[in-house]
Amino acid sequence: MTDLPRILNFRMPAEATPAGFRQQPARVLLEVDRLTRRFEGAAEAAVSRVGFSVGEGEFVALLGPSGCGKTTTLRMIAGFEPPDAGSVRLRGADITALPPERRGIGFVFQDNALFPNLTVAGNVGFGVRRLGRAAADRRVAEMLDLVGLSGLGGRMPHELSGGQQQRVALARTLAPAPPLVLLDEPFSNLDAALRAETRQDVRKLLKAAGSAAILVTHDQEEALGTADRVGVMHEGRLEQIGAPDELYHNPVSAFVASFIGRSNILAGTANGMDAETPFGRLPLSRAANGAVRLAVRPEQILLDPDPTAEAVVIGREFRGHDQLFWVQEGGRCLLVISGPGPQVSVGARVRLRICDCVVPLS
Amino acid sequence: MPRPTPPAPARDRIPEALERLGRAAEEIARLLRDLTAYLGLFVLRLGAAIMRPRRLPLTALVHHCQQVGLNAVPIVVLMAFLIGVVLAFQGATQLRRFGADVFVVDLIAISVLRELGVLLTAIIVAGRTASAFTAQLGAMKMREEIDAMRTLAIDPAEALILPRVLALVITLPVLTLLANVAGLAGGALMAWIDLGISPAMFRTRLLESSVDHVTVGMLKAPVFAVVIGLIGCHAGMQVQGSTDSLGRLTSASVVRAIFAVILIDALFSIFYSEVGL
Repeated sequence: MTDLPRILNFRMPAEATPAGFRQQPARVLLEVDRLTRRFEGAAEAAVSRVGFSVGEGEFVALLGPSGCGKTTTLRMIAGFEPPDAGSVRLRGADITALPPERRGIGFVFQDNALFPNLTVAGNVGFGVRRLGRAAADRRVAEMLDLVGLSGLGGRMPHELSGGQQQRVALARTLAPAPPLVLLDEPFSNLDAALRAETRQDVRKLLKAAGSAAILVTHDQEEALGTADRVGVMHEGRLEQIGAPDELYHNPVSAFVASFIGRSNILAGTANGMDAETPFGRLPLSRAANGAVRLAVRPEQILLDPDPTAEAVVIGREFRGHDQLFWVQEGGRCLLVISGPGPQVSVGARVRLRICDCVVPLS
Repeated sequence: MPRPTPPAPARDRIPEALERLGRAAEEIARLLRDLTAYLGLFVLRLGAAIMRPRRLPLTALVHHCQQVGLNAVPIVVLMAFLIGVVLAFQGATQLRRFGADVFVVDLIAISVLRELGVLLTAIIVAGRTASAFTAQLGAMKMREEIDAMRTLAIDPAEALILPRVLALVITLPVLTLLANVAGLAGGALMAWIDLGISPAMFRTRLLESSVDHVTVGMLKAPVFAVVIGLIGCHAGMQVQGSTDSLGRLTSASVVRAIFAVILIDALFSIFYSEVGL
């Protein structure tokens, strides 16, 4: 049970438990172990020793820039892409060698991949035809009701809007009641307003259906806002997986620190639970020793106008609820986010203070 | 005006040509291996469908029978009729010189029933249907519909390939029979007009020649059907994301199907002469 510590990080959906409350997770549904894939002619592996697990009913997001291997990982879990090494286990059974049609894992495609020659009801009922006419019809009605499209069963897919089409695709995927649903950037073809709305709908629908899900996306807002846990991928490797707030507050690498939100990276010398930095001795979020790089969130830095100070504000962006400052200090440029209060203009001298503990990076 | 680049020295061209030859041979070997695998897949799914007839996608089968069979009847019949006319006319001109006019009936019977009826029907069907199969499956592949199907636990070989190939196996012999009748009719008409051989005389002469010719021709039809269907479906499943590969594979599937039909026809000739048919 090497995965135990990871499983313990399982976070209950925010609407069900108080924030930060952690409890024993549901049973493990999917275990991905050291999955590796190298494409012909490529020097670097597209996916390298990626391992994580997903609990029953859990919503996990894989987040990373394009080309980081997140879609290849998803396609290996679905069975479209054969892994060069590693294994995929579903409810304890090894499914690495099974074709997609025998895995029973749902998949929602980027371009929804609805069958254009079938009606909405025909699409939704496609995977449950073997149940027999009456049972299939009942299931289709249930699913259309769930996604809020009852009454549109007779329409053709091209007669629906993009958001509705994506909901039909989701209903089609959920109809056979798969234990796990994979979503490959399903919102990327929707416009911004519709995207925010649809992703919350999708989260609610998946939770209502009781299916676990893995969402692949390059949009951090989407990943942090919908998933119970987020895995950050970079150059084929899974850098870190954890609850969104854990990733934000405790990034393990400089990549995660700067990809999830924004970070200032400082050099320092750590000694146990604190470190010597250009801003004096600061407490660390976890123990470290020797020369380290430290992540400091822009909102952790406080700035006070002080004409005698060395630091100079070189840029400012007022955004209403907060404001961004770029501050030149001792040969480096730091990003500072503060409330709308301080009236500091470009060129002003300021003194910087860091509050709260800083995060040592590996 | 740009000068043409001077040809590379012969020393360099020979290894290059050899490399190209090797790659082409490898590609053909891979294609043959893939097609053999598809044949196995088809036979397996057909066996499963025979054991459990309820699993056969009947609606799709009937739809494809209409598409590849019924809708091809006019073009096949017209083509065969004209071939009959041409054979009778050309044959008559030659045979008249030897006073062997009446043998034009044998000429038409043998060539249409043994060879041309089935071969030309298969070539027309290869052009019409292999390309259609590739385009249909390729478009589905591009829109990820086939992947979607697989995640819904539907086997594409059973849902897409089986009904298509089976529809060809059912309809190609029927089309061949119609082509045979039309070819003979065209021949009979021309023989009547040009040589004065009455339809009744044509019929008598025809029935004297062996019925084997019909069997020999018709036996090839299901084999051609399987080959055309599998080549079309295989090419469709090879389509990758781009429209470019769809176009390339659609034309490739027609060329492959026609070539395969002619090659297999030659093999049949050798086989029949060995067994003495």
